[in-house]
Amino acid sequence: MKWIALALFAAVALLLPFVAGDFYVNLASQIFIAAIFALSLNLLVGFGGMTSLGHASYLGVAAYLSALMTTRYGFGHGAAALISILGTVAMAAFFGLIALRATGLGFLMITLALSQVLWGLAYRMSGITNGDNGIAGLTRPAPFGISLESPAAFYWFSLLAAIIAFVMMTIFVSSAFGSSLKGVRDQPRRMAALGFNPWMIRWITFVYAGFWGGIAGLLYVYYNKYIHPTSLSTTSSAEALLGVIAGGSGTLAGPAVGATLVLLLKNYASAYVERWNMLLGLVFLFIVLVMPTGIVPGLQKLASRLWRRPS
Amino acid sequence: MQFWIIQGLNSLSLGGLLFLLSSGFSLIFGLMRLANLTHGAFFMLGTYFGAIALRDYSGLNLWVTAIGAGIIVAALGGLFERLVLTRLKTNPLGQVLVTLGMAFIISDACLVLWGGDSIPVPTPHNLQAPTRLFGFVFPTYRLVLVAIAIATAIGLYILIDRTRLGAMIRAGVDDRQMARAVGIPVSRLFTIVFCLGAGIAGAAGVLGGPILSAYPGLDADMLPLALIVVILGGIGSLFGAFIGSFIIGFIYTFGTVLFPELAYIILFLPMIFVIAFRPQGLFGRLGT
Amino acid sequence: MSTLALEVTALNKAFGGLKVTQGVSLSVRPGERRLIIGPNGAGKTTLFNQISGDLRPNSGRIRLFGEDVTALSPYQRAHRGLSRTYQIITLFGGDTLEHNVTLGLLGLLPSRWQMWRPLSTYRHLVTEARRTLDSVGLLHLAHHSVSELAYGEKRRLELAMALAQKPRVLLLDEPLAGLSNSERATVKALVASISKDTTVVMIEHDMDTALDLAETVTLLNYGRVIVDGERDQVIADERTREVYLGG
Repeated sequence: MKWIALALFAAVALLLPFVAGDFYVNLASQIFIAAIFALSLNLLVGFGGMTSLGHASYLGVAAYLSALMTTRYGFGHGAAALISILGTVAMAAFFGLIALRATGLGFLMITLALSQVLWGLAYRMSGITNGDNGIAGLTRPAPFGISLESPAAFYWFSLLAAIIAFVMMTIFVSSAFGSSLKGVRDQPRRMAALGFNPWMIRWITFVYAGFWGGIAGLLYVYYNKYIHPTSLSTTSSAEALLGVIAGGSGTLAGPAVGATLVLLLKNYASAYVERWNMLLGLVFLFIVLVMPTGIVPGLQKLASRLWRRPS
Repeated sequence: MQFWIIQGLNSLSLGGLLFLLSSGFSLIFGLMRLANLTHGAFFMLGTYFGAIALRDYSGLNLWVTAIGAGIIVAALGGLFERLVLTRLKTNPLGQVLVTLGMAFIISDACLVLWGGDSIPVPTPHNLQAPTRLFGFVFPTYRLVLVAIAIATAIGLYILIDRTRLGAMIRAGVDDRQMARAVGIPVSRLFTIVFCLGAGIAGAAGVLGGPILSAYPGLDADMLPLALIVVILGGIGSLFGAFIGSFIIGFIYTFGTVLFPELAYIILFLPMIFVIAFRPQGLFGRLGT
Repeated sequence: MSTLALEVTALNKAFGGLKVTQGVSLSVRPGERRLIIGPNGAGKTTLFNQISGDLRPNSGRIRLFGEDVTALSPYQRAHRGLSRTYQIITLFGGDTLEHNVTLGLLGLLPSRWQMWRPLSTYRHLVTEARRTLDSVGLLHLAHHSVSELAYGEKRRLELAMALAQKPRVLLLDEPLAGLSNSERATVKALVASISKDTTVVMIEHDMDTALDLAETVTLLNYGRVIVDGERDQVIADERTREVYLGG
C-alpha cells in the first residue's frame, strides 16, 4: 500500500512537466528549493534544538557569490558553484563559532544579528552588490551540456537535487552522529557526562546545515537568474522557520510540507492581496498558538487514532 | 575640530536614542526571559504616530506627541502581552516567534496605512536654532535628546532600585519561582514591564523622528541595533544597555562618516569580540 | 604508595557570596566504596558537579588516577574513566531503553562521529547494551520507551547507562532517592555487585541502606569536610552526632 502510494507519487513527480503548464512546473521547482532550504534549517531547529533566525545568510551568500563569480569575475558555472559552496561553508564555520557561544535565546539573537550584517552589507556595499537594484542578467548552468533554461529541464534538475538533499539529510539524522545530536538537544549535560562533546556536535551540524542552505541558495539564484538583498532579510529567514515549525520541526517530511504551504501561500498572497508580510505574521501567530507541534505530527496523531479505532 | 565635536555629539545623541530603544528590550528580557522581536516595530509605530500627528494637528508639540505615542504603544503592547504572550508561558520559543510575527504585522500595517514614502518629523521650533557653546555650534535638539536619555536612565535606575515596584522586578529577575512563592504577582509584573518597555520604545520613536523620520523598514534598521546593544552590554542589564548604547552610537556615527561602506561591519565587530571573550556581555551576569 | 583513584585538593566554590565548597579535600583509593553524607545544602551535589566537570571550582585541584583534570570538560573526564548518575533523572524519554544504554556506550567510542550508519545497526553495541540491561533486570523492557517506565525502573536505567561504560570511577548521586523498600533492596544489591575495578563514590541520604555499602564515609556540612575516615569511625565520631542531632 505504502509502496504503491510512493510509486504513484514518484510517477506524478517525474511526469509533471508533461501534464502541467509552465506556471505549475515553475512553482514546483520553487517548492523543491524551499524544501531543501527548510530541511537544512530543520537540522538545526528540529534535530539540534538550535533555533536560528539567520538561516537566509547561507542561501543569500551562496546566491550572491555565484552571481558575482559568474558576472563580475568571469568564472564558469562549475568553478563559481564550487567557490560559492566553499565560501558559504567557511562562513557557516565562522558564524557557528560565534553563535554557539550561546544557546537558546542568545543563539537566536546572535544568528539574527549576524544575518542582519549581511543584509545591511548587501544593501550598502553597492559598489559590489549593486545594492537595492540587485544583480540581474544571470544565467543558468548547463551541466554535462544539458541546458536548464526550459522550465521542465530546471524542474528535473531541482527535483533531483531535492531527492539527494532529502536522502542525505535523512541519513545524517538517522546515523550514530544524528542520535548524539538529538541527545544533545534533549539532555546536553547528560550527553557530556557520557563522553560526547556537545559543542562540537552542534558546530558540525551548524556547518552541515549551512552547506545545504548554500545548495538551496545556488538553486535559488539559478532559478531566478536574479538576486536582491531581500533574499538575505529576516523575512526570508522567518519564512523558512515558519515552514519548519508549521510542518513539524524534528520530523523528516514536516519541513518539506511546511515549506510547500508557505510557498503556495506566498504565491497566492503576492498575486492577489499583496500583503505577504502581514499574512506571514498572522500565520506565525496562528501556528504557534493553535498548532505548536506542526501539521505533520498533528496529522500523524490523527491518523494513528483513526487507524486504531476499528480494531 | 568642529567636525569631531559635531560627530561626537551625533554619536551621543544616537547613543541616547539607542538607550531609549534598548532599555525596554533589556528590561523585558531580564524579567520575562523573552527576546521581544517586536521592539523595533514598537519604535517605528511611535515614529509614525509622531509624524502623522504633527503633520495633521498643528496644535500638538513633539513632547506631548511623544508621551501620547508612548501611552498608545504601551497599551498595544499590554494587549499583545495579555492576549498572546501569556498563553505561551511554557513555550519560550513560541513567544519569540509570535513577537516576530507581530513585528511583520505592524510593519506591514504601517506600510498600508501610511504608504512607502518617508514622512519627516519636524524639529520643535524653539530648538531649531543651534546652540553656541565654547565657540562651537551644536544642533540644539540633539543636545536635548542626550539630556532626555540620561534623565530616562536616572528615572529607570530610581524605579528599579528605589521603588517597591522595582524591588518586585528585581526579585522576579533574580528568581521567578521564589518571587512567586513570596507572593509577588509575577504575571501582572510581566504585563507592567512589557507595557513600560513598549511605551519607552514608542516614545523614543517620536523623539528619534526629527533625526530619522518615519519610513518603511525603520523597524528592521532599529531592531538589530537594539540586539547588538544588549548583547554587547549584557542581556538584562540596564547599566550594560546604557554603556552599550553609547559605544554603538560612537562606532556607528564615526564608522559611517569615516568608512561609509564598512560601517555596517564595524558595527558588529565589538559584539563579536564580546561574544568570543565574554559571552555574558560586558555587564551581564552569568547564567542569564 | 599506589595512585589514588580520585584526589580532590583544597577545592573552593562560591556562588556570589554563598560559599558552597570550602577547602574540600578527598582521597579515594582504587576500588574503594566511599559514601558522602551531610544535611541538605551541605554541598554534596555541588561537589559532584565539580568532580564531573559540570561546574568549575574557583580554586583547588581534581585528579583522576594522578592526572590533573581540573581544567577538563565533562566529556574529556568521561573519556578518562569517570561516569556519573544524576539526582534528578536525566534520560532520553522518547527513546527506548536499549537506545539509551547504546547511546551511553557510544559516548566513549570513535563511532560517535559516524554520519551515515544508524546506531541500531551496531550489533555489538546493542548486544552489550542488552547485557547491561539484563544485569539491572530491565531486559524485558528493552524495546519500551523510557516514558513508560516506573520511577524505580528509571533509577535502575540511570545506573545501567553509567555502568555500561565500565567506568574506573563512578559517582552515584542519591541512587536510592524516592524508591520503595523492595526497590531499595534491588538497587542496593546492584551497587554491591559492582566490580572492584570500579571505584564508587556515592551521595545518599538513606543511611540504613547506604552505610552497608560503604567502606569509608565523608561527612560534609556547610561546604566543609567535617569528618572523613573508616565507616565505623565516622559513625562513632562525636561531630557526626552533632551535625545530625543538631547538638
